[in-house]
Formats: sequence, structure tokens, C-alpha cells
Amino acid sequence: MKHSIKRKLVQVAAFGYSNPYLMNFKGGKLYQGKWKQFCNPGLNCYSCPAAAFACPIGALQAVNGSANFKLSFYVVGILLAFGVLLGRAVCGWLCPFGLLQELIHKIPSPKLKLKKAFLYLKYVVLVVFVIVLPIAVTDYMGMGKPAFCQYICPAGTLEGGVPLLLSHQALRQTIGSLFTLKVAILIGTVIGCVLVYRFFCKALCPLGAIYGLLNKISIYGLKVDEHKCINCGKCRQICRMEVDPVRATDSAECIRCGECAKACPEGAICVGFAAEGRKSERQPL
Amino acid sequence: MSSKAKKMIRLGGILVSGVFVLYGVVRGEAGIVLNKAVNICFECIGLG
Ligand code: SF4
Ligand code: SF4
Repeated sequence: MKHSIKRKLVQVAAFGYSNPYLMNFKGGKLYQGKWKQFCNPGLNCYSCPAAAFACPIGALQAVNGSANFKLSFYVVGILLAFGVLLGRAVCGWLCPFGLLQELIHKIPSPKLKLKKAFLYLKYVVLVVFVIVLPIAVTDYMGMGKPAFCQYICPAGTLEGGVPLLLSHQALRQTIGSLFTLKVAILIGTVIGCVLVYRFFCKALCPLGAIYGLLNKISIYGLKVDEHKCINCGKCRQICRMEVDPVRATDSAECIRCGECAKACPEGAICVGFAAEGRKSERQPL
Repeated sequence: MSSKAKKMIRLGGILVSGVFVLYGVVRGEAGIVLNKAVNICFECIGLG
């Protein structure tokens, strides 16, 4: 089976286990079972009626902003485990919002590259909106708000906001300027994703920022056999995350999609679990 | 980074993550996550 189809099937399966409660869209209800105490590896709003798990970024802000705790060991531990095991392979294979962005990017339009400076924005979003604001800005009870969810997250607006507002008239009456801001960010993100492959992942996603940092040590990794590599540049040309895997095997931008390994005419690239200890099984094309 | 150093960091990372998750569960963080996730989050949907 073609590699890209295999990856798409895994992405669709991950979307399915993340959002199995499709019937909840009808009444605008949320799934309320015990699975929701566990975090999804990828970004998926827990206010989406179909969602089975908690969003890790929402969960992190919820505990960090709670009256009793200022740091969530539980969520940090879960993120660390996913990150050490998979790194940004979560983004390439398991994240529901990553799949949505790839589908949006199929809309015909001129395709652009993102300026490198924008890649750093997601670290600012992580530090300011996910960590600092929920801990530092609190009400009289000592509780902080999930600032990333509140002011930025387009996944929340798309997966939670739109379906819930469509099914609840009472909620629609409370729409204000904050919702207008979030819809504007959602529209900007959709346009960004049409033009730039995974615009949100590259520029804004705090979860991608965390997994990107863990790409350096993750067990699921990428290795280039320098004895086989002839420096033809085909891997760099095919990479839609704009990574040069020969120069930066541990790049924080690499989502371990494996497209470069398939494109290499010498079979010099290996992507998978414990890649650095393995020889590429692929023969030259 | 040498592959031995990587292996040690990975092992340390997995151990630390396990300890963190257990400690978080014991002090009731999973309950906070569950409570947040089963109710409509007004911030997430743009109303809060
Ligand atoms: S960067 Fe964020 S939205 Fe993109 S795939 Fe990774 S977790 Fe999902
Ligand atoms: S370097 Fe290879 S595995 Fe990484 S994102 Fe680019 S094509 Fe995918």
C-alpha cells in the first residue's frame, strides 16, 4: 500500500477514536464518561460533542489555573510520555486537527511557504497563553482562565463552538465580541491552511511546540545513513514541513510523516521506532 | 548527542512521566480534568 495512503488511514482511525460520539452533535451534548479524564495525544477540543478524551492543552490550563494547584504533574507527565515515545509523530499520524488542516490544504489555491520567523510564534503562544496567563492572572478565588482556549484556539471554535451554538439557542444569545475574535482567528487559520501546508501546526500550536522540543530524544525518530546519502536534495524538496532531514534529523518541525524516506533514491532515510539503531531496509530506487 | 545519552534521557523521561502521572492522580488532578472536560467549556467555544 502507498505510504501516504497508509498514513492517511492511521490519521482517519485516530480521528475516529478521538471523536466516536457523533450522535451527540444532534442534541449538542458532550460525552460525559470516565474516558474524559485521559488526554488525547493530539489537539482535539473536549467541548466537541463527539470527543472521547480531554484536550491536553485545555487540561494543562485547567489544572494550572485551578485554585489548588499551579502545575499539573498529571498532564505534564502524560505529555512527556507521548513526547518521549513519539515526539511529533503524534502530529504526523495521530492529531485530529492536523488531519483537518491537511484536508483544508487540498482546496485548490496558490501554495506558499511560511517565513521562518513565524515558526517561533508557537513557543511564545505556549509560554504566554498556556503557561503564564492561566497561572498569573487569577480571580478573587485564585482561579485562572485557560487563555489559549479563550483567545486563540481555532480547534475549539470549530469543533466545539460552532456545533454547540448551532444546537443551543440559549447559547447563541450570549455571543459577544470574544466570539467574534475567535471566529476571525478561525477564518484566518482556515485561509492560512489553504495557502500554507499545516499553517496552524507551523506557526501557532503549543502542543506541536512541546512535541517538537521532544523530537530530539523521541524513540520514534528519523535517521539518515550518511554512507548512502548522495546529497541529491530530493528529501528536502518533498518535505512540506520545510525541513532538510539530512542537515536536521531532529528538527522540531519534522512531523515524522516519512515522505522523505519514500522519496530518497538511495534508501538512505529511516523513519520509525529507534531509527538510529536500525539500518534502512529500503533498497535504492 | 550520543545514542547512549539519548537512551538514558529517554529512560529518565519515561520514569519521570510515570511518577508525575501517579503523583497527579493521587492529588486529584485527574478529577479536575474530568470535571472540566465533561462540561461545556465556555472559554473554548468563545463565550467565556
Ligand atoms: S502541531 Fe498541534 S494541531 Fe498540528 S498536528 Fe501537532 S498537535 Fe496537532
Ligand atoms: S523531514 Fe521527512 S519525515 Fe520529517 S516532515 Fe519532512 S518529509 Fe516528513
